[in-house]
Amino acid sequence: MAITLTSKRRLAPVGVLVAAGIAALLILSAAFAPQIAPSNPLDLATFNLADSEIPPMWAEGGDRRFLLGTDNQGRDMLSAILYGARVSIMIGGGAVLLAAVIGVSLGLIAGYLGGRTDAVIMRIGDVILSFPTILLALLVAGLARAVFPEAANPRYVPFVLISAIAIHEWVQYARTVRAATMVESARDYVKAARVIGLPSTRIMFRHILPNVMSPVLVIATINLAGAVLTEATLSFLGVGMPPTYPSLGTLIRIGNEFVFSGIWWIALFPALALVILVLAVNVVGDWLRDRFNPKLRGRG
Amino acid sequence: MNVVPALAIENLRVEYPREDGGILVAVDDVSLTIMPGEIHAVVGESGAGKTTVANALIGLIEKPGRVASGTMRIGGAILDPVTGKGEGLQLGRDIGVIFQDPMTSLNPLFTIESQLTETMRFHLGLSASEARVQALELMHAVGIPEPERRLKSYPHQLSGGQRQRVVIAAALSCNPKLLVADEPTTALDVSIQAQILALIKDLTRTRGLGVMLVTHNMGVVAETANSLTVMVRGKAVEQGLVVDVLRNPQHAYTRGLLAAVPRFDRKLERFAVMAEGGGKAETARKAIAGQKQSTKGNMAGPLLSVDNLVVDYTTRGWLPGSKGRTMRAVDGVSFEIRNGETLGLVGESGCGKTTVASVIAGLVQPTSGRVLYGGEPIAGDTATRGTRRASRQALQMIFQDPYASLNPRMRVGSILAEPILFYKLAANRADAAEDAAILLEAVGLDREHAERFPFAFSGGQRQRISIARALGARPRLLICDEPTSSLDVSVQAQILNLIKDLRDATGLTLLLISHDLAVVRQMCDRVAVMQTGRIVEMNDTETLFDAPSHTYTRELLSLVPRIDRISAA
Repeated sequence: MAITLTSKRRLAPVGVLVAAGIAALLILSAAFAPQIAPSNPLDLATFNLADSEIPPMWAEGGDRRFLLGTDNQGRDMLSAILYGARVSIMIGGGAVLLAAVIGVSLGLIAGYLGGRTDAVIMRIGDVILSFPTILLALLVAGLARAVFPEAANPRYVPFVLISAIAIHEWVQYARTVRAATMVESARDYVKAARVIGLPSTRIMFRHILPNVMSPVLVIATINLAGAVLTEATLSFLGVGMPPTYPSLGTLIRIGNEFVFSGIWWIALFPALALVILVLAVNVVGDWLRDRFNPKLRGRG
Repeated sequence: MNVVPALAIENLRVEYPREDGGILVAVDDVSLTIMPGEIHAVVGESGAGKTTVANALIGLIEKPGRVASGTMRIGGAILDPVTGKGEGLQLGRDIGVIFQDPMTSLNPLFTIESQLTETMRFHLGLSASEARVQALELMHAVGIPEPERRLKSYPHQLSGGQRQRVVIAAALSCNPKLLVADEPTTALDVSIQAQILALIKDLTRTRGLGVMLVTHNMGVVAETANSLTVMVRGKAVEQGLVVDVLRNPQHAYTRGLLAAVPRFDRKLERFAVMAEGGGKAETARKAIAGQKQSTKGNMAGPLLSVDNLVVDYTTRGWLPGSKGRTMRAVDGVSFEIRNGETLGLVGESGCGKTTVASVIAGLVQPTSGRVLYGGEPIAGDTATRGTRRASRQALQMIFQDPYASLNPRMRVGSILAEPILFYKLAANRADAAEDAAILLEAVGLDREHAERFPFAFSGGQRQRISIARALGARPRLLICDEPTSSLDVSVQAQILNLIKDLRDATGLTLLLISHDLAVVRQMCDRVAVMQTGRIVEMNDTETLFDAPSHTYTRELLSLVPRIDRISAA
């Protein structure tokens, strides 16, 4: 009998801790945007066209009221970014959640039932994965607008975006969960549940699901960054959030029109916020992935 | 003449620092001497430190563990535990090692030849052709047929027994003084075990090797070793010649260990165990016995009959949907289980005994043939959804590996309450929890254990929980698939006693699948012997063991390593 002692619990490296701190700070400040933002960029009454295109506070012609300057409509950039990040994270998070629910369920079913069911689900997944994320999302968002004109209404756009992103992302969850489910299904505790006579749904969701969840959490973290980026790209391309209800991507698109006239701050600050958010979440996700991967354990 | 011992360990102490700052002493002041030509067994139960002694010799103590003190001499030269070297000593050359599992101890990507010659070329500086000649000789010595052809094979092309022979050949390749064999036959069937043990004995004699045989199997010790060391919690409690220790054990632990070994020669009422639960378990068992059992179907005839059962396994082919090779796991098996009896199903690995159990339990669909429960078909063509469902509750199963058979994410209470609630055997959750508590007591655990998760329990305790879960559905037939083969012998004795007691208290019918003939003799009323998918002999236990009629049965019985050949004398 070999004696194994639990290895000393290692704390995450400093870089990961910093990244986690930044990600938490960004997500929290986005969540509490209405409480901490200087103004409300969604409320037409709070901003004035006369204040438009004011550079950041420290630049020449800056205004103390607007830390990061204003956009072409006179909205405070800092507030717009906080509200925009809120929209981006909500859509990204929603897409991750939806993709995870669909992917985990289909993965469990495919892995547990096997045979034809498995083949059908996984081949559909293969077909979907052969499209680039952004192409498929554009297709879905465009199609939604063509079929339901209401889909362009800012109230429904987030849901369209969430579905457009999730339709591509679920496959990753399904593949991972399917593989893990196949391993777990062969284990005796699942056989014991079958011998008791429990129905398949109960075995899948009550017995197997909790045992295949840890990789799902890792994928979800990494995908959150990807989903936020996809949303930003869609908004940048004009099929996402409208300028009246901007996400980070929309803000970058608005700013993009002004960059060559020397008004750089409208595009730069939302872009920076996006880069920092995605980077921070990715660093945390990568670390989580390595940590849960037994093959990489003990290295580095 | 003064012979230098092949191995002399003096006051060996191996320590592991614990997380709380303390120190775990895995091996505590162990000394032993092995002369050339001697097989010295190191025995003990899991956690006794026997493998740690072997690992200390071959430099495999995992960090942060360390050899704290003591000396190890091989052929007189002191071995440095850190570097694995000593004056004129070299790990891998002077110490040969045989590990437990021949399936994993050879590299699957290299041919047998390259694995055998690598060590010789490295340590002895032989050329490729010289090493090849040596390798051929070794293959002859370990009795591998057609060594020329086998040298070019890859490990997966050899059987388990042949692989273990190759591992032995590799261990012998540099003419070591000492051979360390860590459970060399535990993963093998009895017939192959007998061959490998004979080979080790033979090599020891002809080559003047010293062999350290680490094992938990007292039968193997009795048949193979000259001397032994009994270890308990890191300490060597008894040492001596095998004949002396087995006939006249001095230490209480050795006596308990020997008493717990299932006897092969005659049937006993109970296994002798060191401690057993008190009256609480009795009361709980009476409570369970009072509960109404599921009595669907006609109970006049046999409880279960298996009729000409055939099971094929088909591998998937290259193309989706195409079929690969078909393997017949069960080939026309028929038998009956009478109400209240215990039927043993024995055979070597791959004989199809577990497949038969899986079909009865509803885990595998038969290719043809049928299974009747109380006269109703429950598997096969004539079985309907309805008849299958009706039998589910009555047929429960316990599995071999107690570490895999409990859901790690569920509390023991929920695990036990699940079948009770599913079959509506309790009015509400509180009643189900009470029933679960009674079940826990019936299997010798405490009702407070319901709050814990499976990882908090030892292997034997988990197997008790498994049994309690199976009883929760109030079955009539309990299928036990190798219920004790991954447990220590003293724990095995407790679990088998528990199964006996529960059977006596509730009138359960048992189907016991096992490769351990001694266990089968102690537990079963009738025994069926399986070989390559067929039942070759079926008879009353006593008749079968005392007067086996089929040659395969006779062969199986003769190959079991038996402790009574020495101790009964």
